Amino acid sequence: MDGQTHREEPLMAGAVAVFRGREDHARRFESRAALREAPWVKALVLFLSLTFFAFFLLLPLAAVFVEAFRKGMEAYWAAISEPDALSSIKLTLIAAAISVPLNLVFGVAAAWCIAKFEFRGKQFLTTLIDLPFSVSPVIAGLVFVLVFGTHQGWMGAWLQAHDLRIVFAVPGIVLATIFVTFPFIARELIPLMQSQGREEEEAAVVLGANGWQIFFRVTLPNIKWGLLYGVILCNARAMGEFGAVSVVSGHIRGQTNTVPLHVEILYNEYNFSASFAVASLLALLALVTLAIKTWVEWKAGEARSASAGSAQPAPEPTGTSS
Amino acid sequence: MATSRHSNVLPGFNLALGYTLVYLSLIVLIPLAAVFIKSTSLSAAEFWNVVTAPRVVASYKISFGLSLLAAAINVVFGLMLAWALVRYSFPGKKLVDALVDLPFALPTAVTGIALTAIYAGNGWLGKPLEAIGLKVAYSPPGILVALIFIGLPFVVRTVQPILEDLDTELEEAAASLGARRWQTFRRVVLPILLPALLTGFALAFARAVGEYGSVIFIAGNMPFVSEITPLMIITKLEQYDYVGATAIAAVMLVLSFFLLLVINLLQAWTARRTGRNR
Repeated sequence: MDGQTHREEPLMAGAVAVFRGREDHARRFESRAALREAPWVKALVLFLSLTFFAFFLLLPLAAVFVEAFRKGMEAYWAAISEPDALSSIKLTLIAAAISVPLNLVFGVAAAWCIAKFEFRGKQFLTTLIDLPFSVSPVIAGLVFVLVFGTHQGWMGAWLQAHDLRIVFAVPGIVLATIFVTFPFIARELIPLMQSQGREEEEAAVVLGANGWQIFFRVTLPNIKWGLLYGVILCNARAMGEFGAVSVVSGHIRGQTNTVPLHVEILYNEYNFSASFAVASLLALLALVTLAIKTWVEWKAGEARSASAGSAQPAPEPTGTSS
Repeated sequence: MATSRHSNVLPGFNLALGYTLVYLSLIVLIPLAAVFIKSTSLSAAEFWNVVTAPRVVASYKISFGLSLLAAAINVVFGLMLAWALVRYSFPGKKLVDALVDLPFALPTAVTGIALTAIYAGNGWLGKPLEAIGLKVAYSPPGILVALIFIGLPFVVRTVQPILEDLDTELEEAAASLGARRWQTFRRVVLPILLPALLTGFALAFARAVGEYGSVIFIAGNMPFVSEITPLMIITKLEQYDYVGATAIAAVMLVLSFFLLLVINLLQAWTARRTGRNR
């Protein structure tokens, strides 16, 4: 592999924000006459695209914060510190704390067998992993009602006999969250680990390392940025999921309401500023997610350009973990 | 990646694959199978009656029509935005680049109430728009706005890497042969970008068809006018019509599988067109 090779783009459906380093290419294009547009074309493209960006992306973001503080700091504070809001925050944190680690373990296992081994049906398996991305969140909730629902579900009678509740209770919320965030980490790791090959791991085997040593000492340092990237995107979705969770939640205030559901309840009660106050917490989470994501891309780009200088074909982590 | 099958010495294949298959089955495959199995409790005629009821058909038209329109709008503006981000320098570019992913990160319920606040009759944009006779919130244009919001990053993030890696020699060759800039764009650049644009379109469309959270707040949810298909499933569930909800879900799932297949083929085409290997 030469140093300036294209990064392999993942061949996976549902490609969302795919992990890669960012660099500015504009200078390369703007310095050459053959690659430049007439000034008025450039001005027009910039004007149209940035206006579109401002109206469709910036304005909603601004609206959340403006509406949240419409009734002042005190009302804002009251809205986010009342017991129902706090219990919804607690439930959202629980759902994310369970679903993200489970999908992390799955993502690593799936990426390990898909990226490091050849087997029949690999491409099909990769497609199946992407499935939850293309399923409507409403259906993601519905499937768990069909399996665990009290009256109609497959296991409904059995669950009722044992006095267990999954749907319209916390376990259902957790399951629906796991479903919708299922592919996030796997789909970041699979292309990343594929592009890294397996020479380094093979060298470790020759040197006598066992499986876990190989993973923690060789593989993990190489994939840590991609892993972190997947985890923050997974977490953002886990904390923000609405549709799927809405179907399986009993909508019981203080018990089975996550933060997005609490936003909906307040909104439907015409308690707009409280609704936006709670929503602003989620918007803040989104902004922090994007900031970390940008930082990770920057760090990963740095690690890559540091390793591109060395003669090693595969990147060796050079002190970026400190 | 030239990896040969016979000489793999790495450990953990059986454990990793076994765990992957079990987890995938438990979380995704078995629950999804429940939809199709539940649907079979209806006879073919009953199933057909449920999924072609007038109100349901109206919801397909709204969901699919507006999703197609939103994806098309996103292709045009997404390409422009990707072009600006790759080829031009402008102040605040890094911020714009980072915020393009906002729809991925912002919870859909937040998007929904924010858009409703903006486009309602007393909102920042709703007021001037209603003054010129365009009602956005609580009507189909509101659904369109929400679907544009959630679909935009799919197009930008699919086209952007292709634009970045585009071989500039082709454009320079076209220019040296006397092609005007627009001709070069249309005849040289656009054909290379076409698979990526179609992929972005398909991704944005697939997401829009199933979207729920950002739409229901702004849609008004009037039957036959602004009721989307996912909401039909919710409505049936709330009436304890589990079988009806499942039948509509089965129709949507089949569409999702089809779109997934199309997207896979498009991405393979993108890879071939841009000379990348698997």
